Amino acid sequence: MKLDIDIKQLLNAVDVPAQWVGLREVYEAHTPRMIRDGVPVANGRVSTHGIMVEVLVNGQFGYYGTPDMSPESIAKAAKKAYRQAEIASHNAHYQFDLSARPSHQGSYQSPFTKNRNDLSAGKLNEILLEAYNHLKVSDKIVSASSLCQVIETTFRFVSSNGSDIHQDFLMLEFDLSATAAEGPNQQTRTFGGMRGTCRQMGMEYFDKYEILANANRIGEQALELLSADDCPTGEMDVVIAPDQMMMQIHESIGHALEVDRILGDERNYAGWSFVKLEDFGKLQYGSKLMNITFDPTLESEFASYAFDDGGLKATKEYLIKEGLLVRGLGGQESQIRSGLNGVANFRASGWNRAPIDRMANINLEPGNSSFDELISQVEYGVYMESNKSWSIDDYRNKFQFGCEYGKLIENGKMTKTVKNPNYRGISNPFWRSLKGVGNADTFGIYGTPNCGKGEPNQVIRVGHASPACLFENIQVFGGV
Amino acid sequence: MEQIFNQLSESLFSELQNGENLILSFSGETSQFIRFNNAAVRQTGLVDDTNLGLKFIANNRTIRGGFTVSGNFDIDVARGKSEIARMRLEAQEIPEDPFVVFPENTGSSHEIKPAKSLPFEHAVDAILPAMSGVDFVGVWANGRMFRGNANSLGQKHWFETESFSLDYSLVTPEHQMVKGSFTGNNWNQEDYESYVKRSREKLILMERKPIKINTGNYRTWFESAAVADFLGMFSWNGISEASLRQGCSGFGRMRHDDIRLSPKFSIVEDFSSGFCPKFNSNGEVSAEKLSLIENGELKNTLVSSRSAKEYGVESNYAESGEYMRSPKMSTGSLNHENVVSEIGEGLYLSNIHYLNWSDNAGGRITGLTRYACFWVENGEIIAPIETMRFDDSFYNFFGGKLIEVEDKFSVNPEVETYGGRSLGATTCPGILVDSFALTL
Repeated sequence: MKLDIDIKQLLNAVDVPAQWVGLREVYEAHTPRMIRDGVPVANGRVSTHGIMVEVLVNGQFGYYGTPDMSPESIAKAAKKAYRQAEIASHNAHYQFDLSARPSHQGSYQSPFTKNRNDLSAGKLNEILLEAYNHLKVSDKIVSASSLCQVIETTFRFVSSNGSDIHQDFLMLEFDLSATAAEGPNQQTRTFGGMRGTCRQMGMEYFDKYEILANANRIGEQALELLSADDCPTGEMDVVIAPDQMMMQIHESIGHALEVDRILGDERNYAGWSFVKLEDFGKLQYGSKLMNITFDPTLESEFASYAFDDGGLKATKEYLIKEGLLVRGLGGQESQIRSGLNGVANFRASGWNRAPIDRMANINLEPGNSSFDELISQVEYGVYMESNKSWSIDDYRNKFQFGCEYGKLIENGKMTKTVKNPNYRGISNPFWRSLKGVGNADTFGIYGTPNCGKGEPNQVIRVGHASPACLFENIQVFGGV
Repeated sequence: MEQIFNQLSESLFSELQNGENLILSFSGETSQFIRFNNAAVRQTGLVDDTNLGLKFIANNRTIRGGFTVSGNFDIDVARGKSEIARMRLEAQEIPEDPFVVFPENTGSSHEIKPAKSLPFEHAVDAILPAMSGVDFVGVWANGRMFRGNANSLGQKHWFETESFSLDYSLVTPEHQMVKGSFTGNNWNQEDYESYVKRSREKLILMERKPIKINTGNYRTWFESAAVADFLGMFSWNGISEASLRQGCSGFGRMRHDDIRLSPKFSIVEDFSSGFCPKFNSNGEVSAEKLSLIENGELKNTLVSSRSAKEYGVESNYAESGEYMRSPKMSTGSLNHENVVSEIGEGLYLSNIHYLNWSDNAGGRITGLTRYACFWVENGEIIAPIETMRFDDSFYNFFGGKLIEVEDKFSVNPEVETYGGRSLGATTCPGILVDSFALTL
């Protein structure tokens, strides 16, 4: 049950002598459904609703997040936020002014044709159960699951300098998973790796026949992996599918370009960055084939929006153009602190956290090569799909990724299936080894609901779209 | 807060009809967060956040609900009633679950931990002076936390504590860092200043020029904080019975091939320290101690009541995710004063970073060195090392390659704040291993 709040009226209840006051109301409901091993293991609906009161006092922001949205509570919260900011202002890291919260008005509605109620809990369970039956292609599939999560978010933002923003989102996370095992030999195949299939869309996604076909393929591939040889070890070319490119972009570009990291805010938690403020406009991040955008406008991508949580209007911008680093992932506060051009990426995980620089949709723009042309350039290498393991250092340099499914490439052709395909490298040299970028036909839109960062910690949704890509001379290896 | 929980529980239980069961989970906090960078305040604020989780069981179906508790009784009861009505309808629609776990009344509990924390308004002035002249970055979290559980059979648990944590890094001009985590229930300014003084002394060691080491296998000492991170992997596709049954556990070789770790390695789930409640979200109470690995042998996995029904084994009342909530590893005989000489030549790793399974079936874990990590030669610390990636199996470093375990524990409190502030801690000693693989 969502409470209707007149947030503009609540702003009138605030009575503190602050330079600026903002109210950010967030309602979010998650509806998970999951069938595992033929029985329902998750059916529910959990919501959160509250307001973040933010004030600017002597150049220092202070906040109070409260679930009590009465005028009296908001007035009291503003007073407490004011006192927090006032005390901290004597030791402020930066003295902000009103330019940190520009005034904008507007709205956004994510695209969908069928809302949550258009597919009943019973019908959705039926589809998921049928998908499970198609995953279980053999007795060697020791566990299989099909799941979805519907996310509904309403965001309102008003401020003392006239911002008035309303955004509504309907989003879906979907996954299919099959694990084949014989004793300790175990292989899992999913639909896009690590919840990679997540988009802004509605229940129109549930085309039963497409889901069942994918379920069958995933079950068969899990079995195939069980008897496959291990991925070879050595330096070789790799062709990476969009559902792994997602993770590569996320870890070795996205986080590295967050300006608050570069400014040191994250050093105690997520880490720093090998990118320095003076690198913008100068650093050749990757090969000339590399074009990376911040694109909150791509329809249906997971983190599309019209305004960030500080109220800044969001537009598509190039971060890396023809391999050259041109712009950082810095919201208005970071742009002021660093003097760099940035983007509208000042985002919070909910009403109970203050916004910080986050990724939204960070995409690799398509190139000119067909998938077959990418493969044909490889004499000996591995094609890899779907992330299952990820790790990178605190400067975003030394990464290692593992994928679910690999195919050996020999003399320009994909040959046998290999299990446990892994690769490792260092961000800049890796991106400079980008030798081929797939065309729009190879482009896939993915995302993740689980990007963690910030103190206090925040988990946030991001989108990543990419074509398949070819990299040369990469360290590749298999399992134990 | 307890009164709000009691009133809400009473009202919502009275809504139930014949054959319906309800379990309520209450989780909340009143917290102050201050984020520091360059020994100044970057962000500051307060958060009141309480959530009520509902688990409705009827018609052999389980449906979950949940909402934010506003503190206004009429609003919260209306939200709760609306949730019950929705769940009642869903219970007629979804398929039957043969492994439904019904609530029981096995007794109630009540635990409120007294504390003398730092008043919110005094935090900045208490913390910053000790950090004067050093590049200090981190986060302060402080305030009360609540956990409650009640079911429609009359069982009720309440746990309430007040705690603080200052999780921080000190940074040299050459970007070398030392980690600190000052946590507790009773603030003592003198203890805090001594703790920071020790961090600052460690930072002096980091001022030596870092050296680059080659990939390869090294004799390695892991401080308790690093061991705690390795043990954390046991909670993610590790020692869970469901993970083993579903083919996604790194413990498969121990279960299927009877592989053992080192006889020097033992770990128990131990609630006696009181870092977190003994009850889980079903309201079930775990034994005070449960041996998981004893002298290298897998004794018990974590088994939730659902797994118990599904796989026909006995529940040890693990949380539904079957993760460790209060792990404690046994000590050995190595005195910390002798660590560097026992390394001889090799690595001294204080902290590790960004762990993930690189080959779950093989127990292989990858990650990176971070913070105070040193190269040791002739039994002396030579210099900090540049960041290195490792990739090795716990069957090695907790198994055949484990030389000795430290003779003392350290407590590594849980300081994560995703969604809300966490409870719990990992209690463990450091370990010395004969060989550890650095790969990049």
